[in-house]
Amino acid sequence: MPEDPNQINIDHVAHLARLELTDAEKNKFAAQLKDMLVYVAKLSEVDVTGVEPTAHAVPLTNVLRPDEARPSIDPALVLKNAPESARGLFIMPKIVE
Amino acid sequence: MNYEAVIGLEVHVQLKTNSKLFCGCATESGAEPNTRVCPICLGYPGVLPVMNAEAVRKTILSGLLIGCTINRYSKWDRKNYFYPDMPKNYQVSQYDLPLCLGGAVQIAGKKLGVTRIHLEEDVAKSFHFATTSGVDFNRAGTPLMEIVSEPDMRSPEDAFAYLTALKEILITGGVSDCDMEKGQLRCDCNVSVRPVGQAQFGEKVEIKNLNSISGVRRALEYEIPRQIAARGRGEKIFQETRRWDDDAGKTLVMRTKEYAHDYRYFPEPDLMPVTVSDAQLAEIRQQLPELPEAKRQRLVSQYGLPEYDAGVLVATAALAQFYERAAAGSPNAKAVANWMMTVAEIHLSPVQPQHLRELVAAIDAGQISGKQGKDVFAVMLATGQSPARIIQEQGLAQVSDPGALEGFCSQAIAGNAKSVAAFKAGNLGALNALVGQVMKLSKGKANPQLVSEMLAKQLRNT
Amino acid sequence: MSLHTQTIIELRDQLRRGAVSAREVTQAVLDRIQAVDDRLKAYLWLNPDDALAQADAIDRGSKDQPLAGIPIAIKDVLNVIGQPCTCGSKILRGHTAVYDATVIRQLRAAGAVLLGRTNMDEFAMGSSTENSSWGVTRNPWDLERIPGGSSGGSAAAVAGHEAIAALGSDTGGSIRQPAALTSCVGLKPTYGLVSRFGLVAFASSLDQVGPFTKTVADAALLLGVIAGHDPLDSTSVPAPVPDYQEKLNAGVRGLRVGLPKEYFIPGMDREVEAAVRAAIGQLTRLGAEVVEISLPHTDYAVAVYYLIATAEASANLARFDGVRYGARVRGADVLETYAKTRGAGFGPEVKRRIILGTYALSAGYHDAYYLRAQKVRTLIRRDFEQAFQKCDVIVAPTTPTPAFKIGERVDDPLQMYLCDIFTISVNLAGNCGLSLPCGFTAQPKLPIGLQLIGPAFAEPTLLRVAQAYEQATPWHTERPAL
Repeated sequence: MPEDPNQINIDHVAHLARLELTDAEKNKFAAQLKDMLVYVAKLSEVDVTGVEPTAHAVPLTNVLRPDEARPSIDPALVLKNAPESARGLFIMPKIVE
Repeated sequence: MNYEAVIGLEVHVQLKTNSKLFCGCATESGAEPNTRVCPICLGYPGVLPVMNAEAVRKTILSGLLIGCTINRYSKWDRKNYFYPDMPKNYQVSQYDLPLCLGGAVQIAGKKLGVTRIHLEEDVAKSFHFATTSGVDFNRAGTPLMEIVSEPDMRSPEDAFAYLTALKEILITGGVSDCDMEKGQLRCDCNVSVRPVGQAQFGEKVEIKNLNSISGVRRALEYEIPRQIAARGRGEKIFQETRRWDDDAGKTLVMRTKEYAHDYRYFPEPDLMPVTVSDAQLAEIRQQLPELPEAKRQRLVSQYGLPEYDAGVLVATAALAQFYERAAAGSPNAKAVANWMMTVAEIHLSPVQPQHLRELVAAIDAGQISGKQGKDVFAVMLATGQSPARIIQEQGLAQVSDPGALEGFCSQAIAGNAKSVAAFKAGNLGALNALVGQVMKLSKGKANPQLVSEMLAKQLRNT
Repeated sequence: MSLHTQTIIELRDQLRRGAVSAREVTQAVLDRIQAVDDRLKAYLWLNPDDALAQADAIDRGSKDQPLAGIPIAIKDVLNVIGQPCTCGSKILRGHTAVYDATVIRQLRAAGAVLLGRTNMDEFAMGSSTENSSWGVTRNPWDLERIPGGSSGGSAAAVAGHEAIAALGSDTGGSIRQPAALTSCVGLKPTYGLVSRFGLVAFASSLDQVGPFTKTVADAALLLGVIAGHDPLDSTSVPAPVPDYQEKLNAGVRGLRVGLPKEYFIPGMDREVEAAVRAAIGQLTRLGAEVVEISLPHTDYAVAVYYLIATAEASANLARFDGVRYGARVRGADVLETYAKTRGAGFGPEVKRRIILGTYALSAGYHDAYYLRAQKVRTLIRRDFEQAFQKCDVIVAPTTPTPAFKIGERVDDPLQMYLCDIFTISVNLAGNCGLSLPCGFTAQPKLPIGLQLIGPAFAEPTLLRVAQAYEQATPWHTERPAL
């Protein structure tokens, strides 16, 4: 059975995006996204030979700042927003390689 | 079957800038956790990056130092992956148009190729506890240069030499302090083996957790034979990541993800590309410092130093700089070098460069003898005083005044008839005894050279 | 004298004369909010004491700043220090902003009273405000209908006189479309004119902050306050800001107005079409020359947008992982914590777009989707460049239909995306766009918007045409029955 080019491998993509989905969500999204891919497929009609992609909306270059140190933020402010913090660190479940 | 190793190194260098790559937070290390952070380097909602001009300049400078081609148009890309040390879960880096391409590092006897240098932001630091990990974002956003080598290295010694040379170049350039213990220079290694004569590379293994340049050598000294032995047993080498355990002296497979990262690179919409003009490139070139090898050759040609001496003096940039300051304007640059060779790291002692020059001048002018010079030098090393001051305080100045010397000579001749007679009888060595007498009479201050000549003259005239 | 129904300019005049105090103005608006917001649900957060304190501070001063004492509502997507910033999402529940967006600093310096935070589609993804985690905002003209999105709260607040003006953000039409559906003026500035620093990013190369106002003159004033180069935003353009009020009343005589033939499509609502055509007729009577133009790649705009915007968004929203801020759902390990936090914190539309965007960038698909979309985007930009050689301003409908009923399109995301068909190209090309009222449908009475599109940095021309039209028509004086 040839692979349907409009069928997203939802499990794979959801993992890349670190999104836990319920089975119901997976089924629903798979169908909706398939419709979208069918829709966006019309872009393959366009002749893009020799056309540069638009990477930036404004044609600026060399937007640089001088290497000056500025005061940092009060750590109390940011640790307050942290879901979990201890010893001045942002705490997560243990990171295993 | 003979195998050879193929080694490539990926070196990450923290640039010595005042502020981070995209924000004004200070880059100095050693601060309390999360005290050198702001909404930008914390990846807060709504923040935007603004590129540090000095980080770009230092990267271009580094490229020029190792002979890279500088891309006249360079851009930034997002490298997307999730990790707790990533504030945005994408890293701003460079994908297809990095700042520098090509280049090479010269070691003894060969050039080791470099593929590219690009600029990116460093990630945060994690600390691991029993069941949790804690993240400190002080380091996040530090400007980081990634130098990717060609797979030109063939031995652990090559790798060691490459890293040593690269480190010295970057320090000389003022780009980074390259202190591996402080994480300012980090190295990952890719190594594979193949039968000698085979063009195709074998499967490469990545080695991480290399914390020193000698550690890299040790890891390779273990890994290369390990791979060769495995191949010898008919085993396949798989592309994997291994961790070097310096204490155990072996590499161990890390628990890595089953598949290669899909980084989904795309151009960074929040940062504008960088264009480098001829004028800018010329300006940065003007700021290029002299590299150790070029400096060594110049010391030989400019100051007439032997190759060996020049080599010793360029060992560190500070030492070479001390020498040049000392030798500047001295008619006897070689003597200056000689004094420096008698002591290690003179630039770390209290001695000032100009004092060394003055010492050589005092000896050459006959103000003090070479022997006295050694004593004066010892005092200089201990106190940092100038030779002039030491000579004066210790009353060491040789007497060269002809009037005074004539007097001493006459006295010596008058008081040592035996030596006089011996000299006149043809025993030239007897002159030395007379010189010794004059030295005694003058309390060691007479200039022995002049005394010898004067005695000879007086004796001939009597 | 109902202060809350007046414009910035009218109130400013009274404030400067001392006829009214800033406190009175703010109190009047707060009273109005109290009276109607439980039905409109435009506001997510309001601190009346704080607003009145700001007003009092203005009263103690000279009141000569451009917006002194004017209460302005802020879309929940902009950082205001000390205030919650949820972007309409559960994943930012409890998050407090630790810095001011640049536009907020500008408003403060201009003496504005920062009134409160308005509802929006989650992370600006939507065209109806139905995607908000905090419930939907109602259209002041018909409480059963959507106000548009994603800046539905800001639009409803202005149209419902719960704010004298508001700030919103526009990525594919999120200011202009709600403005059209609620009968107010909504402006999307040229990309790079207004700083994005402090605007929570949806699609970095498309987002812009812009004003919702009751009149074109108010929009010119407010734009003048928030426009300008920001060293904290590398995409902000280092050009001087013109005086947007200078040529406002210059009229349209001698200007060429372009009519894109691709924008008058079959299936468009008849009343919308009729209103827009009537508006064009009005512009002609005012002295404008109408020219037919073509934007040949119009048909591809929605597809291009939904690949580029979602791709950029998939990266921009990766930071919401429960490590440094926001709501966290703890898992057994790091991976599970990420996945559960994001799975629980994001609504379905956001998840859908993240998946589509991630897919468009992923290995094997990047060239066919993301890269190709960026190339077609270049062609869309060129369409506009060529069109603007023949005209000074393009005129078009803002939306294909008036406001639909709440719930009508939630189950068909693609249908929802097609709401943006007239507005999306403007973001892709980086041009400026404005929507202003041009009439109402008969039964029920629902607003219809006229869209004006200008080349980059042509806001003075845009505002001038809009002003001429507005002043010659009664629409801006209409008020919902609320």
